[in-house]
Amino acid sequence: MADELGRKWDRCLADTALKTATGVGIGIVFSVLFFKRRTWPVSFGSGLGLGMGYSNCQHDFRSPYLIHGHVVKDQ
Amino acid sequence: MLRVCLRGVKATAQKSSGRIRLTNVQQCRVYTTGESSGASRVVAAGLLTVTGGIGGTIIYAKWDHKFRAAVEKNVPYSEWLLGLALGPASQDAGLPIRKQMESIQPPSMMEKQMRTSKAKSEKKLKETTEPALSQPTQNIQAEASAEATQIISAISEVQSIPAPCDTEPAAAAAAVLQETESAGAAEPLRERSAEEVAARLAQQNQDEKDIIASLSARLDDSLASSAKATLQAIGAQEAALQAITQHTHKLKEAMETEGPTEEKSTQWKDLEAALADRTTSVNVAKTALVKANEALDSLKSVIDKSRGLKITAARPLILAAEENLHKMVVDLDKVVSKVQSAESEAKIVAQYTELVNEAKQQFQREVSSLTPEIQANWKGLTGKLSTDDLNALIAHAHRRIDQLNRELAEQRVRGQIHMEAALEQQRAEDQKALDKAVGTATQHVKEEARLEQERKLADLREVIEAEMRTQLRRQAAAHTDHVRDVLKVQEQELRAEAEQELSSKLLEQETRYRQLTQEQLDDFTLDMNAAYARLKGVEEAIDSHVEAEEEARKAHRLWLSVEALTYTLKTASAESPSMPLEDAAEAVRASCVDSDFALALTSALPEESLKRGVYSEASLRARFNSLRSLARRVALIDESHNTLYQYFLSYVQAALLFEKQQEVPPTQLRSEDLDPFKLLSYASYCLEHGDLELAAKLVNQLRGEARRVVEDWLTEARLTLETRQVISLLSAYANAVGLGTTQAP
Repeated sequence: MADELGRKWDRCLADTALKTATGVGIGIVFSVLFFKRRTWPVSFGSGLGLGMGYSNCQHDFRSPYLIHGHVVKDQ
Repeated sequence: MLRVCLRGVKATAQKSSGRIRLTNVQQCRVYTTGESSGASRVVAAGLLTVTGGIGGTIIYAKWDHKFRAAVEKNVPYSEWLLGLALGPASQDAGLPIRKQMESIQPPSMMEKQMRTSKAKSEKKLKETTEPALSQPTQNIQAEASAEATQIISAISEVQSIPAPCDTEPAAAAAAVLQETESAGAAEPLRERSAEEVAARLAQQNQDEKDIIASLSARLDDSLASSAKATLQAIGAQEAALQAITQHTHKLKEAMETEGPTEEKSTQWKDLEAALADRTTSVNVAKTALVKANEALDSLKSVIDKSRGLKITAARPLILAAEENLHKMVVDLDKVVSKVQSAESEAKIVAQYTELVNEAKQQFQREVSSLTPEIQANWKGLTGKLSTDDLNALIAHAHRRIDQLNRELAEQRVRGQIHMEAALEQQRAEDQKALDKAVGTATQHVKEEARLEQERKLADLREVIEAEMRTQLRRQAAAHTDHVRDVLKVQEQELRAEAEQELSSKLLEQETRYRQLTQEQLDDFTLDMNAAYARLKGVEEAIDSHVEAEEEARKAHRLWLSVEALTYTLKTASAESPSMPLEDAAEAVRASCVDSDFALALTSALPEESLKRGVYSEASLRARFNSLRSLARRVALIDESHNTLYQYFLSYVQAALLFEKQQEVPPTQLRSEDLDPFKLLSYASYCLEHGDLELAAKLVNQLRGEARRVVEDWLTEARLTLETRQVISLLSAYANAVGLGTTQAP
């Protein structure tokens, strides 16, 4: 149980880095292809990537506390 | 008023503001004046309202008293003010009710008073009978009449007071009986026996009879004496009457007849004799009368005395005596009146004779003065006288006749006058006599009426006496009935009591006998039981010896197996758990097949420990130390706070917060001790000092992510603790069993 936290952190950081990089890349691509080499797609993409990574990370840390509800239909 | 105030304030404010706007220099003065006029108006209005309120209150209080009372109650000093204005409260409302109550009370109170007064009077009567009875026996007649009155009154009392009536007649009857007691009655409620009462009554009757006898004797004596005296007096009076009439007759005769001298002289002699007779007889009559009066007076006194004694039976005697007395008095008076009339007639005749004598003497004197030589006896001188003398005599005679005629006429006139005077005198005397006669007649009539009344009273008294006797007889009959009933009831009660007593005594005796027999039986059974028990005890001792030996062997085996189990715990190394406890537990189970407690305990060993083994305390301690830092790092994270930012904050907190490495945990955890850092330091301390249980408890207080982090460690710690507890219990049990079975040499 104590190791879980460490593992989570590893996953989280890796995931975030990956996503950010991916975002940056896609941003560059888009910037080059569609937006005349503006910087905003890059920052947008990086932000997108960071955000996704952050969200995933948070979700991962929250997962033990999340309650999953099921809709019960009256038969 | 409020509005006025407000208006005033507004006006003031407006004015003041207006003034400020217009003039700044004269601000202050105008300010004050405007304000003062407004304020004065406000004050005036306020005063007016207050006075109006007070006046209205006073007027309404005058009209409505309840309002006034309410105001007085609620507002202090208002009663002073209202009293000043209206005068003291009339309190009309309270009085009629009180009067009604009072008027209602008196009738009831009066009734009670009447009843109490009646009871009191009854009591007083009864009380007075007792002191009355203490007088000497000469007042037995008083007693008798008092008896009668009190019996009558007691009967009347009983009828008028309804409630405590059942015992009253008995009490009254008892009181009646009491009243017949004589002077020596010290305890008034003690009832005399019938014989005593009869004796008393007989005594009373005897005494009465004696007195009556003496009284009648006395009365008879006095009657006889008075009768004799009266008869004597009457006789004397009659004789006197006779003498007087005789005398008057003779006197008349002497006056009228002009017989010869010898006859006259004899007549005069007779007359004198008659006179002497008359005087003597009159004297005799007088003395006799006096004696008779004396006798009558004595009789009267005797009668009065006897009447004073108040014996009812003597009354007819008294009455008869009185009647006799009255008759005698009447007769005496009649005779006396007769005598008096005769005397008056005699007086008249005497007067007449006197007059005649006087005339005769006058004539004689005249004749002798005229013819001195002619002697008294001039009738014999007819032949001796001359013609001159005869003529002179005739002339004298004529003159004398004239003179006599004149005198006669004069005398007639005078006689008329005298007649009238005499008539008047006679009339007066007649009147006097009439009055006297009327007086005596009225007296006689009165006396007769009184006697009649007395006779009637005596009759009535007899009748009443008879009636009272019948009532008394009835009372006595009722009393005997009541006494009979009471005696019957008493007899029944006493019989019941006696029977009850007898039965209770019998019961007692029976129970005592039964008790004794039972005791004997009990003793015998006790002895038998004791002997049997001893035999049984001996047998059991022998059996128990055998058993004890068996038990001892088993206990040894158990103990050995438990020791083995304890040893397996020690096989845990620093990082790895101990050996699985399965075999040792099996061995324990085998060695304690008949002990449910041990079996239960062995089954209570957790599965994990059996399969896998338990960690040692040292390994747990080491693990905890590493866990501690992790727990510190996630101290702020729980269900609600679990964003990454919270994680960041938690990490910062862990980096910046320093707590004691080990801290002594308090005996009671307070709310501020539930801080994870504190808890961890407490737990460290406990672990360092070997108290895994307390450390586990403290760690159990962690919440949130920190809790999740240390969950594994906690379960391991629990496992170890459980296993250790079970094993310690088993060893304790084995020790106990072993100790129990070991026998001292």
